[in-house]
Amino acid sequence: MAKPLIKEYGSPGRKGYSLPEVDVPEKDPEEALPEGTIRQEKPDLPEASEVDVVRHYTSLSNMNYGVDSGIYPLGSCTMKYNPKINEDVARMPNLANIHPYQPEEQVQGSLELLYELKEYLAEISGMDEVSLQPASGAHGEYVGLMIIRKYFEKKGEERSKVIVPDSAHGTNPASATMAGLDVVEIESNERGMVDIESLKEAVDDDVAALMLTNPNTLGIFEKDICQIQQIIHDAGGLLYYDGANMNAVLGYARPGDMEFDVIHYNLHKTFSTPHGGGGPGSGPVAVKSKLAPFLPAPVLKKEEEKYCWDFDRPDSLGKIHAFYGNYGVMLRAYSYIRTAGAEGLKEITENAVLNANYMKEKLKDTYELPFASDSLHEFVLSGSRQKKEGISTVNIAKRLLDYEQYAPTIYFPLIVKEALMVEPTETENLASLDRFIETMKKIAREIEETPEVVENAPHNTVVRKLDEAQAARNPDLRW
Amino acid sequence: MRYISNTPPEKEEMLQAIGVEEVTDLFQAIPEEVKFERPFDIPAGLSELELKNLVTDKAEQNLDLSNFSSYLGAGSYDHYIPAIIDHMIVRSEFYTAYTPYQAELSQGTLQAMYEYQSMICELTGMGISNASLLDGASALGEAVIMARRHTRKEKVLLPETLHPSYREVAKTYGEPHGIDFKAIEQEGTVTDYASLAEEIDDDTAAVVIQYPNFYGSIEDMKKIAAEIDRAAKALLIVVANPIALGLLTPPGEFGADIVVGEGQPLGNATNYGGPNLGYMAIKDDRRLLRQLPGRLVGKTEDVEGNTGYVMTMQTREQHIRREKATSNICTNEALNALMAAIYMATMGKEGIGEVANLCYQKTAYLAEKLQNLAGVKVMNGDNYFNEIWLQIEKENLTAEEVQTQMCERDILAGVNLARLTDNKGLLVCVTEKKTRQELDDYVSNLEVVLDG
Repeated sequence: MAKPLIKEYGSPGRKGYSLPEVDVPEKDPEEALPEGTIRQEKPDLPEASEVDVVRHYTSLSNMNYGVDSGIYPLGSCTMKYNPKINEDVARMPNLANIHPYQPEEQVQGSLELLYELKEYLAEISGMDEVSLQPASGAHGEYVGLMIIRKYFEKKGEERSKVIVPDSAHGTNPASATMAGLDVVEIESNERGMVDIESLKEAVDDDVAALMLTNPNTLGIFEKDICQIQQIIHDAGGLLYYDGANMNAVLGYARPGDMEFDVIHYNLHKTFSTPHGGGGPGSGPVAVKSKLAPFLPAPVLKKEEEKYCWDFDRPDSLGKIHAFYGNYGVMLRAYSYIRTAGAEGLKEITENAVLNANYMKEKLKDTYELPFASDSLHEFVLSGSRQKKEGISTVNIAKRLLDYEQYAPTIYFPLIVKEALMVEPTETENLASLDRFIETMKKIAREIEETPEVVENAPHNTVVRKLDEAQAARNPDLRW
Repeated sequence: MRYISNTPPEKEEMLQAIGVEEVTDLFQAIPEEVKFERPFDIPAGLSELELKNLVTDKAEQNLDLSNFSSYLGAGSYDHYIPAIIDHMIVRSEFYTAYTPYQAELSQGTLQAMYEYQSMICELTGMGISNASLLDGASALGEAVIMARRHTRKEKVLLPETLHPSYREVAKTYGEPHGIDFKAIEQEGTVTDYASLAEEIDDDTAAVVIQYPNFYGSIEDMKKIAAEIDRAAKALLIVVANPIALGLLTPPGEFGADIVVGEGQPLGNATNYGGPNLGYMAIKDDRRLLRQLPGRLVGKTEDVEGNTGYVMTMQTREQHIRREKATSNICTNEALNALMAAIYMATMGKEGIGEVANLCYQKTAYLAEKLQNLAGVKVMNGDNYFNEIWLQIEKENLTAEEVQTQMCERDILAGVNLARLTDNKGLLVCVTEKKTRQELDDYVSNLEVVLDG
């Protein structure tokens, strides 16, 4: 059952806040401000006590499930444990309680930390210059494509085509549209990789970029990456790396060495910052030096042991955020990288890949594995065998919730029917992996023996299966 | 690496199950030519204690706001944040969750977002709110693209009284879509209404008005709305400070089509400018709704008829529509929106108005004192909410020098306008946190600086 709305706790005159009295002579704003600009009717907000508010949000939190509750194997989302010390760091008063327009000399500690973070991100990716500004992965993609757009504009070349594999994240084509570029989708081959022939066909002198996730959304490393980059670069295009799957390659391969020209990171995936129920994230962009002039303004610089923001960027694509991006998220990522260190980063990847391969091995006989190629940190199963029994992947996902485990990403990538995309991450231990494996097998047995139980799942959650069609048909978006 | 719990024997067991000898065997798909063979040039890992010491050392190089009496605003506002907010958002069921793809296990986030949407609508006087965008400036960027699509027209009017960074971000977002931005001059601290009226025509997709504007003044919204009505199809986009809406007429009442802004003043700290949250509300219009970017939470029922909440109208979004989506946004600022929701719930019907009134009264007190001070001029006259443009009129004294000398007196006197605009002077922001004594100190210190 849903809880009452916060508004329903209200009672006229009840207050949950306290403020000081006005300690200056009062002035009537109605006399001073333009006519009609004083609010006549108070906003219909709750009139709840502090206790009401605390109990309400506590009860809402009890209807939620996070990484701290248990396994969260959403493929492509890298739902790893969010270390608590990083939360403490981000809340240190002299790091957190600063204003974006304070003089730079008052925030040198913060700037030094951000500068070091930039250096680490350049090293990890094999790129030359970094902007921390993009506030999410998609924001990073947008910035990366705008950099590419500006680069060709400056060169006087008209290029508008962005090639995107059919296995790509939806944000890739959407970001290309936001950057005013045209999307051309190419098919994957039977190994789940970019089909070289399709790529060649799509490439011409209008190509601005190829956007690639490597390993791709099937968790499969694009083995032909050297050939792919050659094809794109020979045609005068650039290579964009979607860093959603960086957790698969830390210390093993760097996009810069694969000749990518632009990449974006997701600090909230690879570097453990909490997802917050859907945000905030942070999507730093790293580029090869020839693209550095086009980065969004301002760029953080170091000059004679002092750190400063460089706004004088004549070729910059412009501003993309009112200030400097999601600083609080950067602090957490910095702490994480320092905690891990060079060796630890590699271990993260090794264990993420080990965990995923272990699960894949244990589940591939129960659920169809549509692509047999080696995979790294995640893998994609298909529920098509179960679909033949009349049970859809969404039912399998809902049944997992009954066993108090979050479901994998479903129906993505689009090239796999009834897809179940699993990414356990390195922070799950063997017992947790085994429990998930056992549950998935159990659900498969249920589908054979008592399919109605799976079909009507979930049974044990605070609400049963919700009617999404009705929500979309008759939108009720507010009280 | 302490966040990995696999032990060597466990790893051995897993490798055996997979059928490989070593972990490195799992990386054979990576071609030799691109394999990274050396260790990262990154310092060795730290224990929790070492990390804390390291970061503390860096943090101590900062001078945070507690060292000053701060009058900095210009889009990031230092309001009082009720204690309960941080106590609620550290509940890890909230902050360690992801986007609520599995609604039945995410009812907490979903209901909180539905309430957030509802309260944003109440505050702005609009019909529909999304569940947040990245920040106020990028929300404006999304709004102008939306207006371009909705009206199929190209011209967007950006008055100089709009925050310069918002203008820049709007231009970044709009440029690839062929939007033709026209600047509208200011007259004093408000928009030059005659120029605005002249520029509004049949080709105008939208007029953007900040409320209160960058210089702290309140534009004549009635007049502007009437001008826009003349050119029937142009949309009115209002960039509103949500706290100000406790005192000011909600933009919905002036016929705003889209209201966006920075939600940070609602219970979020300044935090060096991020994470913040962009909010976006639109009027209750089905056609406009189909163009709305970002996530939306809707109320529905489960199979037993119980109320529940889901993400809805996702056919607008990138994971379904790909290149035809209304925006590329995926991750938003959900946790910041939750903070804003808890703030609005706590302050409630009376509280936001009370905060707004405190801001106004204290600003008025300071403005009147400064108006009587020789050597400075309050450019706003008496048209302000919680910010004023203070011009330094003393010869041989720049705003920057005033800023520096006030800083030596532990007062952050305001944002230097030269940093962002072609105008000179300080943008001085007063929130409810300032006491009368602090305001008097501001004036007396400024007097000394001016006399010096």
